[in-house]
Amino acid sequence: MATEVLMPALSPTMEEGTLAKWLVKVGDVVKSGQILAEIETDKATMEFEATDEGRVGALLVAEGTAGVKVNTPILLMSEEGEAVAAKAAPVAATAAPAPVAAAAPVAASVSVVSKASPDWADGTPMKTMTVREALREAMAEEMRANPTVMLMGEEVGEYQGAYKISQGLLEEFGPKRVVDTPITEMGFTGIAVGASWGGLNPIVEFMTWNFAMQAIDHILNSAAKTNYMSGGQMGAPIVFRGTNGAAARVGAQHSQDYAAWYAAIPGLKVVMPYSAADAKGLLKTAIRDRNPVVFLENEILYGQTFEVPDLPDLTIPFGKARIWREGSDVTIVSFGIGMKYALEAADILAKDGISAEVVDLRTLRPIDYDTVLASVMKTNRCVTVEEGFPVGSIGDHLASTIMQRAFDYLDAPVVTCTGKDVPMPYAANLEKLALVTTAEVVAAVKSVCYR
Amino acid sequence: MAVKKEPQKSNVSKEELLGFYREMLLIRRFEEKAGQLYGMGLIGGFCHLYIGQEAVVVGLEACTKEGDKRITSYRDHGHMLACGMDPKGVMAELTGREGGYSKGKGGSMHMFSKEKHFYGGHGIVGAQVPLGAGLALADKYLGNDNVTFTYFGDGAANQGQVYETYNMAELWMLPVIFVIENNQYAMGTSVKRSTKSGTFFGRGAAYGIPGEQVDGMDVLAVKAAGEKAVAHCRAGQGPYILEMMTYRYRGHSMSDPAKYRTREEVEKIRSEKDAIEHVRDLLLNAGLASEEDLKIIDREIKEQVNASAEFAKDSPEPALTELWTDIYA
Repeated sequence: MATEVLMPALSPTMEEGTLAKWLVKVGDVVKSGQILAEIETDKATMEFEATDEGRVGALLVAEGTAGVKVNTPILLMSEEGEAVAAKAAPVAATAAPAPVAAAAPVAASVSVVSKASPDWADGTPMKTMTVREALREAMAEEMRANPTVMLMGEEVGEYQGAYKISQGLLEEFGPKRVVDTPITEMGFTGIAVGASWGGLNPIVEFMTWNFAMQAIDHILNSAAKTNYMSGGQMGAPIVFRGTNGAAARVGAQHSQDYAAWYAAIPGLKVVMPYSAADAKGLLKTAIRDRNPVVFLENEILYGQTFEVPDLPDLTIPFGKARIWREGSDVTIVSFGIGMKYALEAADILAKDGISAEVVDLRTLRPIDYDTVLASVMKTNRCVTVEEGFPVGSIGDHLASTIMQRAFDYLDAPVVTCTGKDVPMPYAANLEKLALVTTAEVVAAVKSVCYR
Repeated sequence: MAVKKEPQKSNVSKEELLGFYREMLLIRRFEEKAGQLYGMGLIGGFCHLYIGQEAVVVGLEACTKEGDKRITSYRDHGHMLACGMDPKGVMAELTGREGGYSKGKGGSMHMFSKEKHFYGGHGIVGAQVPLGAGLALADKYLGNDNVTFTYFGDGAANQGQVYETYNMAELWMLPVIFVIENNQYAMGTSVKRSTKSGTFFGRGAAYGIPGEQVDGMDVLAVKAAGEKAVAHCRAGQGPYILEMMTYRYRGHSMSDPAKYRTREEVEKIRSEKDAIEHVRDLLLNAGLASEEDLKIIDREIKEQVNASAEFAKDSPEPALTELWTDIYA
């Protein structure tokens, strides 16, 4: 009886991967634990082992095939002595162009009614890239331009980045500028802040912002406050960046969104991009800033593809929101991965005849209040969307600001859509329930529109 | 006052000894004045005096060159005076006035001078240790031979981030001197009530960092040890630990109940080990200065300190608009 070996999920967020290399061929007898193939995920190239003994009956996916979905049969294992099924011929690479990353659902939906961006001129040539590539390109460009820019963190060098953001940087810039640290967040963050006072422009990569809790004293007390405490003598030109918020199935300690926490601190600048173009342009701006910048990324967005202007030096200023789609009935304000729900909801609402304006804050300190208020004054309704906890959320702050500065324009209370007030559960169904959903955004908009 | 040490301790010059005397006396008189101003309500909040520990910073500053950096905890007035910061600017910061080093916005614990390479003044116990190693990392990266003096107390020496820093400082061979000012008390907790691990410098061995214990009440011993540590760092051999055995005469801060040690213990150290008396005896016994010479210095220091206090009282409070400046560079 032949057994199908399926494309494995090799990371919490992996949905598909590239079958980089077969290490067995038809007819080979394999033992359990033997490496069958090298599979490239969005994070790394991993070896894939056999779980059972058997003979390789057929390779169902050709070497080099990209976009192989998790759980696709990739190899047929026959038991010893069993005849190899003739029908199971390898699928040619060209014959199996499974939907590739470029067709990610988010990219598809955002292209619908996106307003022409004011960040680059009309007619600028565009290229397609993932958020991951955009972040990498931003760091590489700034490191080429300024010899005092350096990167430090766990696994940024030889490992090539826990999420492959820093892939290739060690090779280009060497170990002096791409520094692997021991797993000691408090220590290396303090060292990086000190180095920023000493004339360097460090980029600190936290493997996730959850681990930065060990270092939060240096981010707040050492980096954010010292320029003020020194009467303007000692700003810390440093970027703290890494993945923030929920990924998938990693549980309560690895899934927190820190947007509202850091946005509360004077002396910090806080960035939370959604698109690849914003990730690139805002990270370049962050690296050049003379102040400490908290740069909150998202693991699920890393692999998503967007159009990015093909410019030699794309920078995007802080404190300027982007209107992704114009609308007249309601304003949906979001940032980071919250934009995915906001844009999906806007698509659904459009079919119901509700025209939603979708505003991406992009930076949370400074916040572009003017764009939000102007939009609310036009639509008279507002819904905010974020994945973080509900108490003291960015949405709470916006609701309060809108109430104080645009009360007479409101036709309904501002509704905040957030993650639930619970630690992140592991179980798949509960995790889905704990996060904000597109359906909740749709329902919130309908409620403020009294529909 | 009995002579505590042999006068001919090293081949120190007359000028250098007189300089040590003057600098240590400046710190002591400055701190005494700060204590008075605190009592008068002109200085608020926390105020940690350095009285008793003067030989540590004065001896180590004698080993520095232009470009070397220093960073310390909240007990920082002595370090600032020793590296050449203006007593007027320091005192005016204590009174929260516009003429202070941080325009009155930092206070006793948070003062800085980029010009004098003094990087604070840090209020979170132990935080300055990785920060100091980071300053050293920048110097190594930039390819100069500067050294960073990173001061912390026996209390901070139990913080985890100190050991994270030791590990990376030796791993990356950073030119940083860790100066543990062991004044025997972390606030009110004596060393023997906070650790069983013997010496603090000895903990560096686990990371491969050499170090030694030094009589921190003897400015000449401090200088000799400092020179050795500086030579080690400048030669690219990585960090070095100096555990300075010293003593704080005053309370941890101005609101110290002094229940954790006896008056006799303090008096005994004062009379037998005082760093300023030690140098005074060296000068007089070797005939390098007369009582009259030292009285002149005393008077000059007193005038300098009084002038700083007058400046600190007369300097206006910061303008109300200062509330909103300097949040960002």
